[in-house]
Amino acid sequence: MSAKKLQTPSQTIGPYFAYGLTPGQYGYNFPGIVDGMMVDKNDEGNVVQIIGTVYDAEGKSVDDAMLELWQNDGERRLFGRYGTGTDEGNKFSFTTVKPKSVDGQAPFINVIIFMRGQLLHSYTRIYFEDEETLNATDETLNSIPEDRRKTIIAKKEDGRYVFDIYMQGNHETVFFQL
Amino acid sequence: MSEMAQQGFDMEVQPSYLDKGYKSTLLRAPSRALVLPKKSLSESTGPLFKDFEIGALDHDLTKNAIKVAEPLGERIVVHGIVTNEKGQPLPYTLIEIWQANSAGRYVHKVDQHDAPLDPNFLGTGRCMTDANGKYRFYTIKPGAYPWGNHYNAWRPAHIHLSLFGGAISSRLITQMYFPNDPLCKYDPIFNAVPAKGRDLLVSTFDLDHTEPSFALGYRFDIVLRGENATPFENL
Ligand SMILES: [Fe+2]
Repeated sequence: MSAKKLQTPSQTIGPYFAYGLTPGQYGYNFPGIVDGMMVDKNDEGNVVQIIGTVYDAEGKSVDDAMLELWQNDGERRLFGRYGTGTDEGNKFSFTTVKPKSVDGQAPFINVIIFMRGQLLHSYTRIYFEDEETLNATDETLNSIPEDRRKTIIAKKEDGRYVFDIYMQGNHETVFFQL
Repeated sequence: MSEMAQQGFDMEVQPSYLDKGYKSTLLRAPSRALVLPKKSLSESTGPLFKDFEIGALDHDLTKNAIKVAEPLGERIVVHGIVTNEKGQPLPYTLIEIWQANSAGRYVHKVDQHDAPLDPNFLGTGRCMTDANGKYRFYTIKPGAYPWGNHYNAWRPAHIHLSLFGGAISSRLITQMYFPNDPLCKYDPIFNAVPAKGRDLLVSTFDLDHTEPSFALGYRFDIVLRGENATPFENL
């Protein structure tokens, strides 16, 4: 019988993460490990851009959140990170390859959200509006009440996907327990 | 499968999303029940950093931003082991580090605290655990700093740490505190952690790792949670 060790407790990322975790994006003189460009623009895969805004309970855009995207469809393992403090309107922006369906599930990208005011990070998923057929039969999507399902389906606008995140309120994004 | 393993986050030691003492959580904590998704390959894996090239001075915050002289403050060496909940060491785990300088000031543009910046200290770095899960980095002991949560609020000295494990559920961002800091008792962020978990955030002074005439040693061991789908035996 193995003794279980207690998890190290989570603490907030706080307001001052930028020069440590996203230094390149924010213009600090330290090489970052990764940014919002998860693939080269000329990647031979299906390159897509995903943009969005994080909103707090009062509908204000959050300017000090950090998002991480992670995807693994068995062919491509891609990781990206972006802070909401540099782009107009406090938007985030990722360029990646749209993942393929795994085991008949609808394709999706995992999202981890960190910010001041979050003691624990939040997990959600980005699904895609133009995957109607797979979305309609997806077990996870179908386990979510219909009126909330759309909160995690990115909309296609002007050739890009738009994925806004609402921490609370009527449109509160579906967050997952992982 | 035990309840704890199913839950993922062990709420006996983890803070809640909403914490009345930490006011910024009020508008930013998810309010609805979390959804348990059907797991996929993407959840049971995570980014790999084994081949990531760490810069030669990345693990030494006392040297990685020197312009003209050594940074001011108390030089320290922080070390420990990163394991999973079974106590198994986690090799080649990336640790990202950021912190205030010895005066309690961050380089971040948003930090307006009236304390001096140190031209020779950036306050960020990174290191990787070795084949046995052990890590070590050098830095300057950070200072306490005020913040706006409530009247006369001060953050105890702390170092921010960010880690990846083998799966996205093992992702951890935490803060390491120093032993016997009188400010911890008054800090809503530290106290958002249930009493049972608070000691896990406090490093211990380590004379054995103190380097003579050079740097004070502190030990901080880190336990990353396992994947939800992996039940722990014999709990
Ligand atoms: Fe801090």
